[in-house]
Amino acid sequence: MDEIASLLEPQIPALRRYAWALLRDREAADDLVQDTLERAISRWGQRRHEGDLRAWLFTIQRNLFLNGVRQRRTRGLQVGEEALNDVQAPGASPESHVGLRDVLAGLDALSEEQRSLLLLVGVEDLSYEQAAKVLGIPLGTVMSRLSRARARLREFMENGRSTALRRVK
Amino acid sequence: MTGERPIGEDDLQAFVDGRLASARGESVRAYLEDHPALADQVSQEIALREALRTRLAFKAAEPIPSRLRVANLMAAQRRPSKSGRAAVAAALAWLLIGGVLGAAGGAWWVRGLQTSQEAERVAENAIAAHRIYVSERLHPVEVPADQEAHLVQWLSRRVGKSLIAPNLTPQGYRLIGGRLLPDSGMAAALFMYENAGGNRLTLYARSGGTEAQTSFRFESQDDVSAFSWIDNGLSYVVTAKVERAQLLPIAEAIYRQFEATGEPAKGRL
Repeated sequence: MDEIASLLEPQIPALRRYAWALLRDREAADDLVQDTLERAISRWGQRRHEGDLRAWLFTIQRNLFLNGVRQRRTRGLQVGEEALNDVQAPGASPESHVGLRDVLAGLDALSEEQRSLLLLVGVEDLSYEQAAKVLGIPLGTVMSRLSRARARLREFMENGRSTALRRVK
Repeated sequence: MTGERPIGEDDLQAFVDGRLASARGESVRAYLEDHPALADQVSQEIALREALRTRLAFKAAEPIPSRLRVANLMAAQRRPSKSGRAAVAAALAWLLIGGVLGAAGGAWWVRGLQTSQEAERVAENAIAAHRIYVSERLHPVEVPADQEAHLVQWLSRRVGKSLIAPNLTPQGYRLIGGRLLPDSGMAAALFMYENAGGNRLTLYARSGGTEAQTSFRFESQDDVSAFSWIDNGLSYVVTAKVERAQLLPIAEAIYRQFEATGEPAKGRL
């Protein structure tokens, strides 16, 4: 147990940052991290020895995030009109600072795949190989997708919202 | 000609990330000097990379919430789980993500989406009680929190189920007391909490009637939000004047604390 804690806990700040960047909500982000850690603990024995802990944790977390989005979508079809209110926009978080918000708005202009890649490589300092593992794509695709993501972010920051659509994948 | 490999987008990206070996980095730098438009783009991308790191740095610098401590999570996993727990957890996870991300934050989840009229009525009563008593300045509660043991015992006896007054200190709310209320000919317990800002929250509990267990249900009336659920034969409604996203972790904490008390039906306090 101490071994698990000593390996897992150093990863928590990065997992919280990635989760918050995806969700922009403090509690929802920590719930995602908690789910991630719970799953990691319950599957600790199945973790392959040569496996990379950091890549493994980010993979779990991203998959849980995507599952949540998917579930929301499929269940959303059964939801009545009356439930279609009370929606919090990601940008409405009290944690967003006015002056610095633009770069997060830019992040929102990217697809989830681009956004995750930019976060994992640019912020969480995962190697390109680790990022490839997390996203389940070849290394070459990582490099070209990174290139496109950065170009798109740059264009968004230059031209504003008009050219970029918000996509949630 | 040195026969060096041509510069590619992979080189440029690794350059932006500062990950090129120094020799290759020099090659990229030389290449960019010959291509000023591209050099401009690259320097913008470096700046944006920095901006994003700076913007998000606060999150990794925060102290870790105690609920994410591995020891606490492992202790929670060792507790015997109940059948409904996974369903509720799934509903919670979905609700959270739905509420945050979305185009349409729904409020209806697992268990076939059927709404129980009884549950609705209990929620109505709980919200009404909330409105009446939280605004009460002189006598918000019958029994104050300094007699918590007595309060809990008394309400448990009257409601007919073993209750607890959940500890919501981690969520910023302290117990101020409770009272007994009538609800459709039955006794209901109302616990009241207050945070540092003077905002009050109520937890309403009543014997649950026909259903043994339901998932979370959300409703909001004007500025008041409420989560209700039935577990172990008790109907719970937590109500406060906050956003859903803020109320949800509180409802979850209450749910977990009641669950952790074991089997209230057997009379353990």
